[in-house]
Amino acid sequence: MKYSAGVDVGSTQTKAVIIDEDKNIVGRSLIDTGADVVKAAETSYQIALDEMSVSDDDVGYVIGTGYGRYKVTFGDRQVTEISCHGRGAVHMFPDTKTVLDMGGQDSKAIAVEPTGEIKDFCMNDKCAAGTGRFLGAASIALDIPLGDLGPVALNSDKPVRISTTCTVFAEAEVLAWLGKGKTVEDILWGVHQSIAARTFGLLRRVGIHNELTFTGGVAKNVGMIKAMEDKLDFKMNVSDDSHYMGALGAALFARDSVLAGEERKTQMEMA
Amino acid sequence: MAIQDVSQEAIAKPVHATTMSGEDDIVGRGVKEGAELFRVWFNELSTVAENGGGAAYVFVMGSMNEILKTFDMPVSFPEVNALQTAIRRVSRDYLNEAEDYGFSPDICGYVKADVAMQLAGGKHPMGTIPKPSIAVLTNACNTYIKWAEIWERLHKTPSYTMDIPGTRCIGDKSQPGSEDFKFEAKYVLGQIKELIELCEQVTGVKFDIDKFREVLGYANRMSDKWDKIIKLNANNPAMFNALTDGTVYLGMANGFRGTEAGADYFDRLYEEMVYRADNDIGIRLRGENGPVEMDQQFRLAFVGVPCYPIFSSFNNMFTDWGGVFVTSSYLWFASGGTCAGTQYDLDNPLESFAEGQLLMIREAMDSMFNQAYTMREAAKDFDLDGVVYHPIKSCRTVSTGLADQRRYVSEELGLPTLFFESDLMDPQVVSEAQMKNRADAFFEGLISRRQQAAV
Repeated sequence: MKYSAGVDVGSTQTKAVIIDEDKNIVGRSLIDTGADVVKAAETSYQIALDEMSVSDDDVGYVIGTGYGRYKVTFGDRQVTEISCHGRGAVHMFPDTKTVLDMGGQDSKAIAVEPTGEIKDFCMNDKCAAGTGRFLGAASIALDIPLGDLGPVALNSDKPVRISTTCTVFAEAEVLAWLGKGKTVEDILWGVHQSIAARTFGLLRRVGIHNELTFTGGVAKNVGMIKAMEDKLDFKMNVSDDSHYMGALGAALFARDSVLAGEERKTQMEMA
Repeated sequence: MAIQDVSQEAIAKPVHATTMSGEDDIVGRGVKEGAELFRVWFNELSTVAENGGGAAYVFVMGSMNEILKTFDMPVSFPEVNALQTAIRRVSRDYLNEAEDYGFSPDICGYVKADVAMQLAGGKHPMGTIPKPSIAVLTNACNTYIKWAEIWERLHKTPSYTMDIPGTRCIGDKSQPGSEDFKFEAKYVLGQIKELIELCEQVTGVKFDIDKFREVLGYANRMSDKWDKIIKLNANNPAMFNALTDGTVYLGMANGFRGTEAGADYFDRLYEEMVYRADNDIGIRLRGENGPVEMDQQFRLAFVGVPCYPIFSSFNNMFTDWGGVFVTSSYLWFASGGTCAGTQYDLDNPLESFAEGQLLMIREAMDSMFNQAYTMREAAKDFDLDGVVYHPIKSCRTVSTGLADQRRYVSEELGLPTLFFESDLMDPQVVSEAQMKNRADAFFEGLISRRQQAAV
C-alpha cells in the first residue's frame, strides 16, 4: 500500500497527516513550528510516520503547504493552504460551500465548489487582528493559557467592547478594561466578539452560505465557535481534526498524484 | 537628511536607426529606447534645475502637454518622479521625511514623496527636479488640487485647474455631435484659453498657433500608434507585458507627448509590435543565457496602480505561473486616455484640442470609475482568463470602487479574480509573502478550473 502525506507548516504550529489509499487518516502529528522551520517539518512528518510504524519509503507522495511550504525539503510539490483547507473541508463535510480558516497569523474566507475547487477567497490584510495572534495577545495580557480562553469567555455576563483593531494595542486595551474593574470573563468574551465581527466581514466578501466549515487552530476554541455562530445565526461544521485540515487537504492532493502515477522527487534524509 | 544624494550619469541623447535590420535590433527596443529617453528627459530637467530654471508641473490624467510644449516649457510629472523613488527602493526615505514634517501616514504616497523632494531642494534618484514654475491640473483626481496648493504655499507657484465634465453616471456621457458635447467642449475651450494666457504670463512668450499645430501633429501620430499597440496585444502570444513594459511606454506617452521624439518613439514601438506579431514573438524573460520566450499560460488584466516598491517581484508572482498581463486599466488612466487614439483636427486646432481633452480625460476617469464595463469588452477582445485587482492604501481615487467592480466581473462575467491590497509607494504596507500566497492560490484555482473544463 502506498500512503500519501501532507505537511502544513504554519506560523505557529506544524501539522503532518498521512492517509491511506481510501483517504483514511492513519497518522498525524502537531508540534510547535519554532525558529527552525525545516526541522519542524521533518520532525512533524517523522512523528506521523512513527505513529503508524511505517517509513518514508512507504509514502508515495508528499505535499507541503502553509507559509513554510517551501521549507518542506522532502516535499514533492507545494500547494497553498488556501487550496488545501478547501479540499480538506469538502472531504470532511461534502456539502461545504464556505470555509473559514482561522490560524495563528491570518484568517481566510474561502468559497468552494462541490469538488473542493476554490471559487473565491479573501484574507485579512497586513494585520493580525481577527486571527489567533489576537487571542494570543489577550492570553498574555490576562495570563491565561490559550486553551482556557474559550471556556472562560463563555462565562461572561456583560462583555466589553474591544475597539482596537491592532493586536499590539489590544493588550493595552485589555489592561485598561481590567483597570476599570471589568471581569476577565467579560473582557475575554469581548475579545472573541471583536474577532468574530472582523471575520464576519471577511466571510461576507466571498458570500456566506449555510454550510460553513470552520478550520484551523482557532476552531478548537469553543468560545470562538460560539461567537461566530452567534454572528452567523447558524451552526458551523467543526471537526475534531479542524486544525489538521490544511495538512489533510495536502495529503489528498498528494493522493491524486499517487493515483496519477507521479513519482516522488525527494526522499527525506534522516538525521 | 536621509534622502541619498545620487550622482547623475552623463548620458548622451540616444541616436536611433530609422530602419530595422533584424530581430536582434527590433525585439525589445521599445523598452530599451524608452529607458534611454527617460534618462534624457531627467538629465534635461537636472540641467534646467542647475541653471536655476523652473518646470511646468503636470499630472498624468490631463497634462495639457500640447500647450506647454508649444511654449517650450520643460515638463515634470510629480507622479512619475515619486514612483521612481519606489522603483529605486528609496521611497521610504522620502515618506519618512514628509511624515516627520507632519504628513499623515494615510496621505497619498506620491504627494509625500514630492513634498520631501521639494524640502530637499529637488534631490531625486535620477538627478535634480526643478522647482515648479506653473502647475497644471485637472479634476480627474481630487488630490491634485490639494497637491498644487502645497506648491503655491512652498514656492508661490501659479496653478490652473482644468475642470473636465466627466461621465454623469454609467452609460450617460455626451457624444460628439450632440448639443451637450458642444456645450461641454466650449466650457473646456474657455479654460484652455485661460491656461494659454497664464502660460504667456509665466514665460513671457506669445502663443504661436502654428507651433501648436505642429505639436498637435506629433500628438496625433503618438495617439494613433498608442491605440494600435494596445489593441495589437490581443494577439496570442502577447507581445508586451502591460504591467512592466507598459509602464515604460506610459512614461514616454506622458513625458514626450507633443514632441517629435515621442511620435518617433511610438512609430518605432508600433513597428516592433507588428514585427513581433507577424513573427509570433511573444514576451521574453531574462534567462541564464539571455532572453527566453515566456511560456504564456494565462492571459490576465491588471486593474489599479502597480506595486512599485516590489515592481519586479510583484510581476514575477504571475510570470512564474505563466501569467501575463495583456492589458491594464493603468494604461488608460495613467496615460490620460491618450491611448484611445483620439485625433486632433489641425485645421481647427484650439477647438479640436478642447474636444480631444474632453474625450480623453473622460476616458481616463471612466477607466478608473467605470472600469468594470470596459472589462466586459476587454474580456472578449483579449481572451482573458482572469483579472487582478490591486487597490492601494494611499489612493482612494483609484481604489474605492474596485470591490464593486470586482464583484461585477466575478459574478456577471464569470471571470476569476484576485484582489489584494498593498501600496504604490510605501514598502511598510507591502506584505510580499502574503501577496505571493494569494497569487499562488489564484493560479491553483485557474489550473483546477482549466482541468475541470477539460474533463
